[in-house]
Amino acid sequence: MQIFDLEAEGLRALNSTLHAQAEHTNQTVWEIVNPKGSHAIAVGLDAPIEVNVKGSTGYYCAGMNKQATINVHGSAGPGVAENMMSGTVVIDGDASQYAGATGHGGTLVIKGNASSRCGISMKGIDIVVHGNVGHMSAFMAQSGNLVVCGNAGDALGDSIYEARLFVRGSVKSLGADCIEKEMRPEHLKILADLLERGGCDAKPEEFKRYGSARQLYNFNIDNAY
Amino acid sequence: MCGIVGLFLKDKALEPQLGNLLTDMLITMTDRGPDSAGIAIYGSETTDHAKLTIQSDEADTAFDGLAKALGDTIDAPVSLAQKDTHAVLDLPADKVAEARAALREINSSIRVMSTGDTLEIYKEVGLPKDVAARFEISGMSGSHGIGHTRMATESAVTTMGAHPFNTGSDQCLVHNGSLSNHNSLRRKLRREGVHIETENDTEVAAAYLTWKMRTGSTLGEALESSLDDLDGFFTFVVGTKDGFGVVRDPIACKPAVMAETDQYVAFGSEYRALVNLPGIETARVWEPEPATVYFWNH
Amino acid sequence: MTVKDTKSDGIPRTTPIQSATFSQSINAEIRRAAATGIYDIRGGGAKRKVPHFDDLLFLGASISRYPLEGYREKCETSVTLGGRNASCPIELDIPVTIAGMSFGALSGPAKEALGRGATLAGTSTTTGDGGMTQEERGHSNKLVYQYLPSRYGMNPDDLRKADAIEVVVGQGAKPGGGGMLLGQKISDRVAEMRNLPKGIDQRSACRHPDWTGPDDLEIKILELREITSWRVPIYIKVGGARPYFDTTLAVKAGADVVVLDGMQGGTAATQDVFIEHVGQPILACIREAVRALQDLGMHREVQLIVSGGIRTGADVAKCMALGADAVAIGTAALIALGDNDPRWEDEYQKLGTTAGAYDDWHEGRDPAGITTQDPELMARFDPVEGGRRLNNYLKVMTLEAQTIARACGKSHLHNLEPEDLCALTMEAAAMARIPLAGTDWYPGKPGTSY
Repeated sequence: MQIFDLEAEGLRALNSTLHAQAEHTNQTVWEIVNPKGSHAIAVGLDAPIEVNVKGSTGYYCAGMNKQATINVHGSAGPGVAENMMSGTVVIDGDASQYAGATGHGGTLVIKGNASSRCGISMKGIDIVVHGNVGHMSAFMAQSGNLVVCGNAGDALGDSIYEARLFVRGSVKSLGADCIEKEMRPEHLKILADLLERGGCDAKPEEFKRYGSARQLYNFNIDNAY
Repeated sequence: MCGIVGLFLKDKALEPQLGNLLTDMLITMTDRGPDSAGIAIYGSETTDHAKLTIQSDEADTAFDGLAKALGDTIDAPVSLAQKDTHAVLDLPADKVAEARAALREINSSIRVMSTGDTLEIYKEVGLPKDVAARFEISGMSGSHGIGHTRMATESAVTTMGAHPFNTGSDQCLVHNGSLSNHNSLRRKLRREGVHIETENDTEVAAAYLTWKMRTGSTLGEALESSLDDLDGFFTFVVGTKDGFGVVRDPIACKPAVMAETDQYVAFGSEYRALVNLPGIETARVWEPEPATVYFWNH
Repeated sequence: MTVKDTKSDGIPRTTPIQSATFSQSINAEIRRAAATGIYDIRGGGAKRKVPHFDDLLFLGASISRYPLEGYREKCETSVTLGGRNASCPIELDIPVTIAGMSFGALSGPAKEALGRGATLAGTSTTTGDGGMTQEERGHSNKLVYQYLPSRYGMNPDDLRKADAIEVVVGQGAKPGGGGMLLGQKISDRVAEMRNLPKGIDQRSACRHPDWTGPDDLEIKILELREITSWRVPIYIKVGGARPYFDTTLAVKAGADVVVLDGMQGGTAATQDVFIEHVGQPILACIREAVRALQDLGMHREVQLIVSGGIRTGADVAKCMALGADAVAIGTAALIALGDNDPRWEDEYQKLGTTAGAYDDWHEGRDPAGITTQDPELMARFDPVEGGRRLNNYLKVMTLEAQTIARACGKSHLHNLEPEDLCALTMEAAAMARIPLAGTDWYPGKPGTSY
């Protein structure tokens, strides 16, 4: 295992070192110490390596990740795993605004709570939140799955396209064009897999499913808000 | 557009470290606001006395003999402690209004940064670390304090445009965001007789709270009504003599992180502002909800 | 109907007069709104007349200034963009670039033609809302990758393939607005690139999903630089809203290049009310942006690209004289490719419009095969020929700008100055801070009253 002291060696050295890890590398596990809320930690990775961040991170940790597994042993700042393509990002603590924003693929697991706009404009990513999510989560969510084991804040799934939302607890309010939908066997199966990947012991049957009413799909003034 | 930090101490044992902790928090927010910086410190109270923090770009000449001149004019004992471009005047609490008027007459270069029993505000153009050093903030003790680093959006980069803004005796406010109806509101408040110095949007928010409280609202009520009357994006942190409050606009996309332990409540625009606080690893850390007023009192 | 000028009793009639306020076109719009309940969405930029570069003239040289000989004496046109922070700045032969236009709004072959033409002319082209296509990357020597609020098609592999990244905060046609691509254009390929169901009306957000304001933008730029190893320049594009403040904040947030788009700038589709009533003409924006750069000591350190209604080499020269480093063209490039050509007039008529009106670019049935995803219409457009035409046009613009610059005695386009200009109208004089022709005065000139 390689240990990298971010405070001592700096961000540029960290990311260029991680970028230099190719598909076939022996240095597969990295530990980053002293993150201290710094921004842009482990961004743009594209190799099947494991990165363990020992502490909390600032904006855009694991941004645009491909292939890598990134574990944050602390809380994550705004935009964690934004635009992720593949790989896995696990946050032990809470995540700030825009977690998993515009993510195309991979799995983001947040063991604490996620703040507002979790999964905004998500485009295929799977997000599993053990706690609650804040307001405007899954805003304009296009595809992928958002699982919330706790409660969801205001305006869940506003202007949603085809993403699937699963919430175990309460939903403070649904956003425009987001409705509760029937949980069919195929959804329970998808959810069971997501819960397992997210390390949750919740049961799929405890969740409700939400999605698009598809009333905004073709422009109509009655939908204006 | 800015960085905000705030620290409200519950544990008196931490009070001697207030300035030191806040300075460290402030410097981590340099990238968010490199134009100017300011700090409000709620220090020790002096019975029946008030503090006027003043500033002058010609401090050395302006402050020379000022205490005596002011004391003679208002017929009361006045003491002056200078720190760089600022000075804290100590005078009888019932003489504050008289002293403000007299200062204008004595030297027009002098500007009042704050008034109150315990509040002192220091702010200048420049990098946070330089501003903090000039005023020796790290050596100050107190019960709570608020700091701000500014990236000016539309109004000028000046001392008076820096935050915090003093909103009334022992009240101050800092802001991150950009208000969209401050010009109309400024005109309305000026018609109501509220003094507004700059074209800065935050000063309008500060003046709005002052006006609300002057017309009978508590600070909490004033903050609640600000959600209806102020348009745009904002995270506000406010201080009073014994309290500390936070409110975000209903959209709430400017960042805000809070931490609470048995020893303190802390605010940062980013988590990294909080990382060196004692016991942060086990603190309750959360983000304030939109359109919700948070308030702590001693 | 002919109106007799007297009634049967011999008393003169009043002549029917159309209202200037309630004009025929306004009345038609009221009727259309009343019938449908939907605001008008169209493509293109502002059609109303606004003060523009035509209201400025160059003074030229005579006895007090000496001109350069055409063709023989050198007049350089090159420009370097983004040297502030990037290890690989963009070097262009000419200061005319191709503005961002999306694959989706434009067909794949049209994007290819833009790449071909720009590459032949030695300049850059730009992606748009919808991601990077093989066609344009493959045929563009220098490609600027737009980073937009929707993040459609956004992925790190394309980001790393780009020669520059343009963070789009706004555009001139709709500063403060998002976008709308009507369902007719969401073909299988467009739907797949954007992760959207086919055929739906696609909405684009007006703010970025993961940052708001310059303090957050600075951190976003840090992330983009880290992902691309500080190699490529970061542009920030803004609409002509408050150019002094917006330019200042773009520079403070870390921009290498500021792209400023005036209200005449085009769009694939947005509300007509937005196009015609929000934003400032580019003429009014340039001096304010330059003043911001000068106040920061960053003029020529951070480059300024301006766009919105650039049509000729004279426009290019005027922009540069006002302080810009380069210009970008969108609408003009599409016309050079053959869009809105009168040879398709019969088909434009069938669509209920006329060549040159470009109201219906967004409807997806472009007879020229350029702003469409319809395979049959697309097949009408030859990207090689389109590239040749664009290159020709860019060459002409450059020759025109050089002609003017030489006439002003300049051996490089970037040596043109505001003092080389005079203004024909008070409006242009005030907006561009250029003296009214024959005077040394413009409205608002310091030290003068008016």
